[in-house]
Amino acid sequence: MTPIRVNGAQHRLEIEPRRTLLDALRTDLGLTGAKKACDMGNCGACTVQLDGNAVYSCLVLAVDCAGREVTTIEGVGNGELHPLQAAFIEADAFQCGYCTPGQIMSLKALFDRRPHPSDEEIERALSGNLCRCGAYQHIVDAARRVRDK
Amino acid sequence: MTTRLEGAEKVTGKARYSSDLRLPGQLFAKVLRSPHPHARVVRVDTSRAEALAGVRAVISAADSPDISWFEDSRLFDSTVRYIGDEVAAVAADSEEIAQDALRLIDVTYLPLAFDVSEGKLADTKVQERGNVLTGLREADFVVEATYTTATALHNALEPHGCTAVWQRDELTLYESTQGIFAVRDEVAEKLGVAKEKVRVLTPHMGGGFGAKQVAWKHSVIAALLAKKAARPVQLMLDRTEENLASGNRNATRQHLRIGAKRDGTLTAIDARITFQSGAYKVGGEDSDLTGTYMTLYHCENVRAEQTAMKINAGPSVAFRGPGYVEANFALESAMDELAHKAGIDPVELRLKNYTEVNQAEDNKPYTSAQSLRRCIERAAGVFEWNRKRKGIGFASHDWMAGGGWPPATVEVNFRDGRAEVIVGVQDIGTGPRTALAQIAAAELGIPLSQVDIRIGDTQPGLYGPTSSGSATLPTIGPALLQAARKAKKSGHGRAERGENPEDKSIRTCGAQCVEVSIDTETGEVTVLRVVAAHDCGRIINPLLVESQVIGGVTQGVGYALSEERVMDERLGEPLNANLEEYKVATLRDIPEIVNATESMPDEEANALGAKGVGEPPIIPTAAAIANAIFDATGVRLRDLPITRDKLLMALNHETVRVLESSHA
Repeated sequence: MTPIRVNGAQHRLEIEPRRTLLDALRTDLGLTGAKKACDMGNCGACTVQLDGNAVYSCLVLAVDCAGREVTTIEGVGNGELHPLQAAFIEADAFQCGYCTPGQIMSLKALFDRRPHPSDEEIERALSGNLCRCGAYQHIVDAARRVRDK
Repeated sequence: MTTRLEGAEKVTGKARYSSDLRLPGQLFAKVLRSPHPHARVVRVDTSRAEALAGVRAVISAADSPDISWFEDSRLFDSTVRYIGDEVAAVAADSEEIAQDALRLIDVTYLPLAFDVSEGKLADTKVQERGNVLTGLREADFVVEATYTTATALHNALEPHGCTAVWQRDELTLYESTQGIFAVRDEVAEKLGVAKEKVRVLTPHMGGGFGAKQVAWKHSVIAALLAKKAARPVQLMLDRTEENLASGNRNATRQHLRIGAKRDGTLTAIDARITFQSGAYKVGGEDSDLTGTYMTLYHCENVRAEQTAMKINAGPSVAFRGPGYVEANFALESAMDELAHKAGIDPVELRLKNYTEVNQAEDNKPYTSAQSLRRCIERAAGVFEWNRKRKGIGFASHDWMAGGGWPPATVEVNFRDGRAEVIVGVQDIGTGPRTALAQIAAAELGIPLSQVDIRIGDTQPGLYGPTSSGSATLPTIGPALLQAARKAKKSGHGRAERGENPEDKSIRTCGAQCVEVSIDTETGEVTVLRVVAAHDCGRIINPLLVESQVIGGVTQGVGYALSEERVMDERLGEPLNANLEEYKVATLRDIPEIVNATESMPDEEANALGAKGVGEPPIIPTAAAIANAIFDATGVRLRDLPITRDKLLMALNHETVRVLESSHA
């Protein structure tokens, strides 16, 4: 049994050692906000926070998360929209929306540490998240809106 | 500013995509694919896979219905024709078990000769008017050059896939598709069941860009596995499969001769084009490379010939502006070469050869005949084209679609100030859910929050087209307007999409200006700024239009500079079937993109005056970038993508040429 805290709730998972954190979230816990788009650490659609840091959950084994704290897109915002989520809507920072949870989690990990990041820090935080619809310019707009508020 | 109706769902992770379904008893499926570019499948033994604990169903040619597929091949054909061709499939309790089971399927192949470079002739299409030889003789300047473009991979972040559920003899497919009705009809036909017995649902989907506009084998495979296992089956392709076997923008080779008088008047355009269509003809929107040569500029003598070549690689399929993106790169590069040869400003040369009629359709006048002129002037104006500086490039484009057409049916129910809008299309991220609801709200005089829109479901039986040709809004919008008017009077309105005007031709078009800077030491191109102006008729939602424009330009930057399927010609194997080595544009690669699109209601096209803008913004970007690179460096790159090695090589050749000529 792997004890794992996800979005503040404690879970005990009976899983194969080879199961990734991404698959554990999506299949064992039904948290499908993190997306499986490449499953090899290239696209960032599966990004979650692990002990506060943004990680590709497809590159982390679930058993390695024993005793650690995971935050997924479902755990963001306490019932109302987080400022980043609201800004994504206002700036139209997505089209199909498939990469969006990952983009927001990458930014949230940054903003949790630095509420007023520089443009360079924003770009660096997002540089591991692909958006095939090409919404990058609006994603950066959204991040700046939150920073400049 | 009106934002997307589904915004909150998408930013909270609540939006359910096909891959997110978790139904009771659901199985996960995987497909065994050919490791050979061409081979006979001699024997498939699935017994070891079937014996694995957790495996619930295995199918291959031996134990599935004999279903015809692309051209005269079968669902599981006895010949595999590319690396990635389907051989068998497994459904199991988990993805991991399904993956294990694939390794336990024993297949004996007899490898055959293959060809992934030259190919064999599939079909040819010629369009012609006047006489290009006469036109070339009349010319004072002729540009003759060969341009090539590489195979590009769609790489929508959500791979192709579906979840299939049978209830008695009725099939429900939660499908990641751009065409719920296309999938319904094709899957029903393949399975030999009535269309009414198949329901396709696409509440959200993670991008398609053209590749999801037909039914692919995975949908039928999932349905067969679900039937056999008597459980829901989810079959999502992985990234490698997505890049091998779910479509691509075909590579092209275009040999052009264009001629002009001293004053820039075009006298001839001659294009001979070959392109690689992959192992099969898939269907869906055709890749028409001849189109833009026939229509973009006024010219009496034009000939465009395209020849499709089959190779042992994954089949090509429509990709955002199919054919026009590739052809535009060649034509608009050649126009730039002509401008320099004739000493005419590139923008001026385009305006000099402006046409107000569709020369490919008996010279029918265009609706909005001045819209391309306005786009050109607008893009050049906002960019300050006339403020000369180094490293600027221009390209314009047309697109034969964007105007919409029948058939489509829309229903509106209006009661107590609240409207229900039912449409048979899907929102692939372009935003029709929101734009259509806005149209209904405006017509009914109610707030947007009082509109419920039902989209992405075949069950109401209201036919809507595939999301292709940038046609969703101009197809559905005008019918919706009519249905809403009826509903306003009587509470219920149903309307069909009417015919387009007979005496006019509808197109969309646009223009882009680009500024680049070049590092001549490393060959690195930095695109600094793109100004894009496109004709989409009346703008319903400026924010959504801007998203399409920045998205198209962003993809265009990737197409111009980095995207290329690299093939090992000795092994017949794509070497970069992943998002690490297949280089789509990242945040760090994009320029400042200025959307200079203006609302230009096209009342002659349809009652709404709106046209689509999904595809166009990608079309002129590559040519504009190549032209800007020439402006910056004096070297002409005619092969996409313009990677650093190509640019460095070209710069070296140019340096040698200059040195040699100075010594001569």
